[in-house]
Amino acid sequence: MFQVNRAYPYIFYLSLITYLLSIFWGLFLTPEDFVQGNSYRIIYLHVPASFISQSLYLAMAIASAVYLIWKVKLSVYLVRSIAPIGAVTTFIALISGSIWGIPTWGTWWAWDARIVSTLILFIMYLGLISLHDSFNNNEKADKFLSILVLVGSVNIPIIKMSVEWWSTLHQPASITLSEKPAIDLVMLYPLFGSIIGFTGLITCLVILSSKLQIIKREKNKSWVKDYV
Amino acid sequence: MKPVRKKRLQTVLLILATSALGSFFIIRALDSNLDFFYTPSEIFLEEIPENKRIKIGGMVLENSVIREKTKISFIVSDFQGSINVEFDGIVPDLFKEGSGVVVLGYLKDKTIIAEEVLAKHDENYMPPSIDIEK
Repeated sequence: MFQVNRAYPYIFYLSLITYLLSIFWGLFLTPEDFVQGNSYRIIYLHVPASFISQSLYLAMAIASAVYLIWKVKLSVYLVRSIAPIGAVTTFIALISGSIWGIPTWGTWWAWDARIVSTLILFIMYLGLISLHDSFNNNEKADKFLSILVLVGSVNIPIIKMSVEWWSTLHQPASITLSEKPAIDLVMLYPLFGSIIGFTGLITCLVILSSKLQIIKREKNKSWVKDYV
Repeated sequence: MKPVRKKRLQTVLLILATSALGSFFIIRALDSNLDFFYTPSEIFLEEIPENKRIKIGGMVLENSVIREKTKISFIVSDFQGSINVEFDGIVPDLFKEGSGVVVLGYLKDKTIIAEEVLAKHDENYMPPSIDIEK
């Protein structure tokens, strides 16, 4: 905990500067898109938010497995503290996608596989929070939470592959590991910057949120009384 | 690994496998029952009742767009088949000849009477100058 506290300001300020610079670069220094004009610039928020909301779920799934197998209490605290942050980033991804959809597709919502699976992810985050908080018994709550996180983790590959498996309104991925990016380099560099910066900022939120969770759950321990 | 942990690991893998298998079957079931998405070449292979709302996806054929006041008609093609679409309303800004489109509507006399016309954007992002060079 001590080391995390020491690293925290560096992570925070570095990612804040990275994100702000990338946003400025993306919004003012890159040219317009040849079809979408200026509206494409929402990718500097939409792509990082979508990426993070799926990555956070993956992190929760790993932490849940660790909890179920090794009974490491800290890892289930992490699951509970990530859930609300994941809900917020998924919400940002859905809203920014809707705002982009109006000028591009002509609609703000479509019952499209990518959009619906992301909506399910959002509902799952909310469901996990309310499930955990509805138990009086902490140990039972932790167990059910981690099992449900694992069950829901099948949604992550579904979100990822939805644009390949079904004919969706949402376009396929522009950046893939196997092929040359379908997005021009002048737009790609600030996009990478914004993903890195956003990831760092969310990491800071996860650190703060898990500190709170640890203090809440260990409130009867003497070290917490000394710390607070 | 201790036997207890090994057993728990097996349980974790079992949970993952069960939910993956479950959602696989749900998705397969949805695929054949709920998805009314057709391509222009598939649409005449099946009998589609007039009162069933369907989705058509494809390209707007070059030189096929005819505008008349608020009405617009065009041909959607997938390079193997094509179908006429009639629509009364505003099409999105990105609606263009030669670009992707998704149409929601009803099939009537080999024509789609559209309720909604959506433009599909592809995964390519580039500045206008590069487009000209190509």
